[in-house]
This record gives sequence, structure tokens and C-alpha cells, in this order.
Amino acid sequence: MAVRVIEEKCKGCKSCVEICPGDLMAFDEKRNKSYLRSERDCWDCMSCVKECPSGAIISVLSFQLADRGATLIPSIQGNYIKWSLKDSSGIVEEFIIKILEEVEVG
Amino acid sequence: MKLRREYLETDILIIGGGTAGCMAAVEAKTRYPDLRVMIIEKAHIKRSGCLAAGMNAINVYLHPGETPESFLKYVRFDAMGLVREDLILSMAEEINNAVHRVEKWGLPIKKDKNGRYMRRGRWNVEIEGEHIKPIIARAAIRSGTTVLNRINVTNFILHGNRVIGVMGFGVRDGKFYVIRSKATIIATGGAAGIYRPNNDGTCHHKMWYSPFNTGSGYAMGIRAGAEMTSFEMRFIALRVKDLIAPTGTLALGFGAPQVNAKGERFMAKKYAHLGGDGAPTCIRVYGPVQEIKEGRGPCFMDTRGIPTEKVRDLKASYLNMYPDLVLYWASNRFDPSEEPVEICGTEPYIVGGHCQSGYWITTQRETTLEGLWAAGDVAGGAPYKFISGCWAEGIIAARSAGKYAYSSSFGIIDEEQISQEEQRVFAPIHRYEKLRDGVFPEQMEERLQKIMDEYAGGVHVFYELNEERLLYARKHLRRMRGQIYFLVARDYHELMHAHEVIDRIDVAEVLVEHLLYRKETRWPGFQTRLDYPERDDFNWLKFVNSVRDRESGEIKIIERKYEQIVPGDRYLPK
Repeated sequence: MAVRVIEEKCKGCKSCVEICPGDLMAFDEKRNKSYLRSERDCWDCMSCVKECPSGAIISVLSFQLADRGATLIPSIQGNYIKWSLKDSSGIVEEFIIKILEEVEVG
Repeated sequence: MKLRREYLETDILIIGGGTAGCMAAVEAKTRYPDLRVMIIEKAHIKRSGCLAAGMNAINVYLHPGETPESFLKYVRFDAMGLVREDLILSMAEEINNAVHRVEKWGLPIKKDKNGRYMRRGRWNVEIEGEHIKPIIARAAIRSGTTVLNRINVTNFILHGNRVIGVMGFGVRDGKFYVIRSKATIIATGGAAGIYRPNNDGTCHHKMWYSPFNTGSGYAMGIRAGAEMTSFEMRFIALRVKDLIAPTGTLALGFGAPQVNAKGERFMAKKYAHLGGDGAPTCIRVYGPVQEIKEGRGPCFMDTRGIPTEKVRDLKASYLNMYPDLVLYWASNRFDPSEEPVEICGTEPYIVGGHCQSGYWITTQRETTLEGLWAAGDVAGGAPYKFISGCWAEGIIAARSAGKYAYSSSFGIIDEEQISQEEQRVFAPIHRYEKLRDGVFPEQMEERLQKIMDEYAGGVHVFYELNEERLLYARKHLRRMRGQIYFLVARDYHELMHAHEVIDRIDVAEVLVEHLLYRKETRWPGFQTRLDYPERDDFNWLKFVNSVRDRESGEIKIIERKYEQIVPGDRYLPK
């Protein structure tokens, strides 16, 4: 169970390093890219995937548990989250779910 | 390696910025605006603790017609007739207010056309909770609380029996932190990873409870001589197999019953006298585990026949809490309306939020150490608290801690204690720098989990316990304690793992003593004693508590009385 950084998309902002609850996202200063330091220690909470402003991190389920070919991509847009789900036969489903009610800041 | 120290101070210190900790901070800062409040967090409060991925329901809310007393009766039934009734009642008083407060902070709660909260079962409220953690973290920050992320607290600073601060190290900066406080609230969560988990290798952290909750709050209390309760009431969750995703969504939200491989509804058939599919939580785990053990597995939640549009609702519901289950179904092209969902029991966790393992506390959430309060999963005696109960405890603890902070001054720090802890904390790094060899945290974790799994009732022995195996667990744990000396760490991340495994060994040792002591089966599934298979109210309707001696390290068991406050049959839900 783990996440994967798509290097071409990673802009080196370190938001994933900042957020990971397991301290698992590390940073390669030379290459200016984030990386997952230990695949086996990932909880797959997807915090880093949601936090990445460049969509550079994807969740990949461990082969021990799941077939290849499906994707689940979240993107936070204002007070909503959009989930794009593609199953391993290519069928696509989208979910748009509210995450936050408008509240007075105070 | 050069040691660097950082000294800080605050009036109220909260260790752990999770569900309980964030709420405690807001309450403290709102009620006592002139006090300095600080959260110290091992990760980053925006996504730390149990709620990182979100939540799709608040599982305790007193809907119209329910009262703290009716809630207590249900919780007492679910916990097999033994709970701290005073704690449940005081928690229940605060729960609805806590939920309303978080709704005001922006948590979307689903409502019916009359504006009432949408129910999911007797005590539940449906929410769109993907952002629940960022919402409460934002409230904590806006309240004026100081937040220090990425600090792993390792021990309390003590003055006699009083907690006067904490020590720890920066996971990123490697500094040694010495933080003085007038009042301290421990809210670090429970313990995963004590037992060998369901999955291994590349997905050993694919578990239900946060694998980053490693029992450090318990361990610090154990080392400081705090009284702990009910570790033997382990929590084993009934979960979707492989992904270890929650099943409440299927049972309460979609009415799916449990069936075995023969298609029999065994809960209704064999456990009708205990409530069938509505039996206490431990029985709902015990049931399917017995079916599997006796050759009628695999077992399932029977979701077949759910209409297509409901399957979409089900997926949306999981996306708010456990999104990788949706990916898992898509990967394996699994349709829950056509096939039943396979279930299993998890590794045993030690928690005070579902079960009641933790600090022995007063109704004000004061621990047995002066100046220390406990809230959430580390606080014992009050099961069935879940998220909203953790909030309630955070609120209660903060109120009491604030009063104490006003009337007390900082304790005097003994430098010897500080330098001893500094040496203990960095020892694995120093050892590696000097010798380049030793035992890595991962190796020690494997051994701990193997001992506990095989001798102290893990997944692979159907959670069953008997005296002789427990004595073996005790012996092997003692031997392993001697090996801590060889523990090494190559960087600060690994140093965090080293302390996580040391903390879990401390918790495991106490756990084994509790399991040995209770000579009855109070919670089948959670605590099945093969050598004492019956419940025994005459001798065992009481709490098993423990204190570890600070000097000798000896674990002493203390019995504490159960007090029934609300009358009625303790084994009925109403």
C-alpha cells in the first residue's frame, strides 16, 4: 500500500512532506523532488495526494491486495472534493462531495 | 552528533493534536483566554491522528428522546456490563454541544427535509466528514493555541508525583525539547502495532487504526507510575477483509447482515439471546471468528441486492472516510450489489475510545498523577466514546486543567532528570554512530508482534488466551526488554520508530499482566480465556488496574470496584 510521486509533475513545494502523518514523505534537495521513504509504512490515508497542488502523487494499492489498472484521484476544489474513479476495465465514475460549509471566520 | 536543547513553557500543554487534543485546546483558549495553550504533535495537526482520511458519521449523538442515562444503559450492555458509569454520564452531558460546535466550524452534517440530523442507527449522525480533521485543526489554530508540529514527546518531567512538563525530540530538527507546563493534558491516542497485523510485508500498515498511534501516551504514564485500567479489554474490530475498512457503514447504513460461507445468518441463529446482529460489539467479532475457526468461513456482510444507486451512495460514503476501499473495489472489479463483502477481525488494538483501556481518571479527567489530565483514546473506563466522546472529554479535561493552571505555579526542574532522558532518547543514534550495527526498530517490532500474536491472543490464534501461553509472552517480553540496549537508529525518522517500539513494549508488558489477572471471559472475542470460558460476575465484576513501580519496574495489579449508578439489567440495551 503506498503512494507514488510522478516526478515530472512534482514542483518541489514540499506540501506532502509537511502533511504526512507518518513522516514518510521526504525530500531530495539535489533533484528538488519529494519521495516516499518507506513504501511499507504508508497508511494510505491519501493526505499527501489531497494536499499536492500539482496532482503529482497517486495512490497505488499493494499488489498483495489488488489488481493493477484502477485509479482514484481526488481534487479539492473550494468547499468540495471531486473524486475521479476509473476501474481496471476503464469504466469511469465521478463523485463531487461537500467538505466544508460556509462559516463566518471568527 | 551535537546535542541541541530548546526550552519552552506554557500554562496548559496538550500532548497530541488529534480529535481530543484539538477540542481541548479550543475549550481551554475560549474559557481561559489569558492562559497560554500549546499543542505538541508528532505529525502535523491538519491530518494527524485517527481522522486523517476523514469520517462519514458521528457515532455518538443523543437524538431526541435519548438521555445520558439511556446512553449509559446501551454502552454498559455493549461493554458486557462493566464500565465507569460516572465517566460515561459526564461525557454524555457534553456530547451534543461538542457536535453542534464542530458544525458551526463548518462540518457538513446531513439533514432531512425538516432540518433534523440524518440518523444512521440509534446513536449516529451522517456527515460529509472528509475534512473533519482540517476543520478541527483550523479551529485550534484560530483559537490562539500555539502548535508545535513534528515533536515526539518521550516522557513527562516529574516532581514527586506531579507532572511539571514534558521532554521529547524534534523528528525533523533533532533538537531535544524541554517544555514546562502548569497543567498537562495527554491526548495521544491508543496503540496499534502491538500485535502482528492482518497484512504483512508491503502493506503491514494497511490497518484500520492509525499505525502512527503507537501507545506513547500510555507508555509515558506507565513509566511515570500512573494507574492504568482495563488493558485486557482489547479492541478487535470487525472489518472488511484485506483493506481493514470499517463495516458500520454496511451494517447500519445499508442493513447488511453477517453470513457465513454456507449463507447462514449465524448471528441471528446462534447469538439471538445476546442480541443477534445487534449483539454487543465483542460478540459481533466473536461470532464470525468462531465460524471461520470451525470451518464455515469465509464470512461476509451480505450486501447483495443493494440497488445500483445505493452502491454509489455506499462508495461516496467510503470516500469520506476510507477512500482506498473504493479503489480496491475498482481494482478488483468488485460490485457489492452482486457479491457479499468479506469480513475479518483485525489485530488487537489497545484503545480507550472503542474499548476502555487507559489512564484511571476522575470525572474531571484527572489522572492519578497531579497536574495531568487524560482525554480521548488514552483515557480509560469510558468506552463507546468515538469522535464526539473524545471531544467531550477534551472539553471536560480542559476546563479542569485550566482551573488548576490558574492556581498553581511552574514546578522546579531537576536537571538530572533532563540529562538522563536526553541520553535515553538519543542512545539509538549514538550507538549507530559508534558501532554501525545493532537491532533496527523494524526488527524489534517484528519480534514484539510475533510474541504477542502467538502467545497473547493475536489474529493467528483466533484471539484466544490461556495462562501458559500468557506466561510465555511475559517471559519473551522480559528477554526482549534486555535487547533495547542494542536498538539503533540511522536518522531522526528512525529514532521516532525506535521510541515507538520501546513504548509498545512497555504497553505490551502491562497488557499481558492484565490479561493474566482477569480469570474469567468478560468480553468474548476481545478477551477469550480458554481456561476460564465463563463470565463470572460474582468474582470479576470489577476493574483490573495496574501501576508500574518507577524504580523496580515491577507491575503491580490493583483491583477497583465497579459502581452501578443507573439501575437496571446490566446486560440489556435499554
